[in-house]
Amino acid sequence: MLLSCKETTRLLSQGEDRKLAFGERVALRVHLAICNGCRNVNAQFKFLRSAVKILSLDGDDEKSPPQPR
Amino acid sequence: MQLRNPEAAEDAVQEALLAALAGEANFEGRSNLRTWLTGILKHKIVDTIRRQSREQPAPEFDVQGEAAEVDAPFDRRGHWDEAPDAWEQPEGALGQKQFLAALEACLRALPERTARVFMMREHLGLETSEICKELAITSTHCWVMLHRARMALRLCLEKNWFGK
Repeated sequence: MLLSCKETTRLLSQGEDRKLAFGERVALRVHLAICNGCRNVNAQFKFLRSAVKILSLDGDDEKSPPQPR
Repeated sequence: MQLRNPEAAEDAVQEALLAALAGEANFEGRSNLRTWLTGILKHKIVDTIRRQSREQPAPEFDVQGEAAEVDAPFDRRGHWDEAPDAWEQPEGALGQKQFLAALEACLRALPERTARVFMMREHLGLETSEICKELAITSTHCWVMLHRARMALRLCLEKNWFGK
């Protein structure tokens, strides 16, 4: 099965949220081996995850944690 | 951001703050204040969503309508019109306050429901199955929205940060 780039980004995204089937993983690998653009997007999706994780809900990243007394 | 209306969001934050103040005596340096508050907010947000979905049915998800945005970077055969470049030194951006502000702005630009699902998944770390249950949507809807969110965010960051 040959994936289009659009289809590939869809599977890359789903790969962050569920375990892909064997056939899906093979198809992804084949596509990523030949497609720079999709490889870059894969790295960007993973980067997004780590970036959103470190966002604080109170929006203040400079505040140091309270010191134990 | 993850709640349907501003009043409900304000209520959730207020409840979290009250709980934080009430629990302050037990706190004393056990963990970073922010981590602690985030943990409380997580529960309060899920509580509120649970309450809302009991009170009112989940709105219809317009999967078709917003699909055009996800299709935009591709030609008719589904190949990139313009293949995305690699971002330079993305890890370096994580330590920069301006980058985090740009990321927050991009998150706020997402449709509200999409942002909520994305934050439940990526910030709170909930499993797709939990998100589906809380919001009463199918896994397929969830994956469509997460894909849409990631595509929109990568485009937004590319325009506003990494494209410089």
